[in-house]
Amino acid sequence: MPDILPPDSVGLVSPQTYQFNTPLSLVCGRTLPNYQIVYETYGKLNERRNNAVLICHALSGDHHAAGFYSMQDKKPGWWDTCIGPGKPIDTNRFFVVCLNNLGSCRGSSGPTSINPDMNKPYGPDFPIITVRDWVRSQARLGDVLGITQWAAVIGGSLGGMQALQWAIDYPKHLRHSIVIAGASKLSAQNIAFNEVARQAIMSDPEFHAGHYYQHNVVPRQGLMLARMLGHITYLSDESMRQKFGRELREGKLNFGFDVEFQVESYLRHQGRSFVDHFDANTYLLMTKVLDYFDPANEYNNDLSKALTEVQAKFLVVSFTSDWRFPPSRSREIVKALLDNKKTVTYAEVKASEGHDAFLMTIPHYIQVFQAYMQQIDIPGEN
Amino acid sequence: MKRLRTDLVLIGEWIEEGSHVLDLGCGDGTLLAHLRETHRVTGYGLEIDDENIVRCIKNNINVIHTDLNEGLSEFADQSFDYVVMTQAIQTIRRPDELLLEMLRVGREVIITFPSFGHWKARFSLFFKGMMPVSRALPSDWYDTENIHLCTLKDFERLCRKKWIEILERAVVNIDHRTTTTMKLLPNLFGEIALYRLRRRT
Repeated sequence: MPDILPPDSVGLVSPQTYQFNTPLSLVCGRTLPNYQIVYETYGKLNERRNNAVLICHALSGDHHAAGFYSMQDKKPGWWDTCIGPGKPIDTNRFFVVCLNNLGSCRGSSGPTSINPDMNKPYGPDFPIITVRDWVRSQARLGDVLGITQWAAVIGGSLGGMQALQWAIDYPKHLRHSIVIAGASKLSAQNIAFNEVARQAIMSDPEFHAGHYYQHNVVPRQGLMLARMLGHITYLSDESMRQKFGRELREGKLNFGFDVEFQVESYLRHQGRSFVDHFDANTYLLMTKVLDYFDPANEYNNDLSKALTEVQAKFLVVSFTSDWRFPPSRSREIVKALLDNKKTVTYAEVKASEGHDAFLMTIPHYIQVFQAYMQQIDIPGEN
Repeated sequence: MKRLRTDLVLIGEWIEEGSHVLDLGCGDGTLLAHLRETHRVTGYGLEIDDENIVRCIKNNINVIHTDLNEGLSEFADQSFDYVVMTQAIQTIRRPDELLLEMLRVGREVIITFPSFGHWKARFSLFFKGMMPVSRALPSDWYDTENIHLCTLKDFERLCRKKWIEILERAVVNIDHRTTTTMKLLPNLFGEIALYRLRRRT
């Protein structure tokens, strides 16, 4: 995109890869003998190594959270609005790390990687990952980078679930946990949407039980449908009305089944472009990660008990029109923290953008985020 | 920090060192910040105004976005030493219900409100025949947030009816000073009333 890089951009960035050869045992009982993690960093790690911030990505995200790969790039990283000099996650103060999660298709080991035992892509045989596994793999990357305690672990949506799990699993290893548009578990409705998405993929004739790579095809139709469905849940009734209303592409009804309304055209476009850069097995896996997330489960379904040992201070943010993870779901997290007299701040942001709001520059949201990040203490900082 | 309102100083005198405090309608967090410094209190502020929420965060106050008209269901019974509410009860849809919620959540409740029984308010209604507009109650009847105004007598009647024990009472004027006349005739001369309450056992 840019002729010159905006002054509040982290600038040109490039991803790095680390190969882990220590086996990682997973919650599902299986073990990854070795795996690679792709990540990016922005800003500088200080001498005390206490200014590091971990960004956790959501379902279809990746390690490219900010900046540009080249001057020809059309778009910066997915959270460029919030990461950069002077932005809420201020790279003048913080050393920012964002990695691509295991099981993804964007560079870290996942279903498209070669299974060393079989000498072909894992496909559906890639083990089912959980948020807890992700957090462990993230902690290992932290070790590699020499970070023993994160100033903050931050995420939106599925990323927020990782920030919550971090506070439970590694209480001493983070000072702040920032959970944006998150939930402590999926509702039946959430799981239902995921199931329809999975069925769309798995019933595509090109799916071949997940081994479509060998057939040199991809279940395009299924993945596209899954994404279209997902996309509806990321927007709100209000934002769709504002964006598309009942506008017609050709200005008149054609009395047929081709694309007529703008919203149809938009959804098809979203679905099609998604298929070009995302893998169907990964999509299936990511929806499972979401479905399985439930840290209270091993505490008799009592989230308050699950959070007893938490030491991190929390910022929880929700958006009024988010019906995928509505404010009431964030308040469950807040309530469990309050029950334990933990340090927590909660903001409910008025926004019409639905779940996607966490990626937008809504003034109150940005003010809250910025104010909170600014008061994060970095001991030894001038 | 700016000079503290006298009612907030008075509240400080009622609160024990190291207490856990919930402040309803905490504004920019001034009271909690003051109590944290002087009394080592912990706790949370509840606020609904966006700008105030940002100010609280800047003041390092734990603030929870809350609509007080929805009650305090997020808070467990007797989970705070004090539940405080300064000059906001009159803006609540059901002050009586919220008062009971506050007593459920806190061991003690400290509440302050502008008294409608002040002689100037009575004077305005009696002689001018108009709803009072004063320094303590600056809005017109049609755009005021103060939808449930009361006098000291009214409030104490509610306390009796709901089995609420009044542990302490203080009255001050809008400059938060107490005068002899106020002490003699609080319902007539008190502009702002302060109460410390608990549930009658």
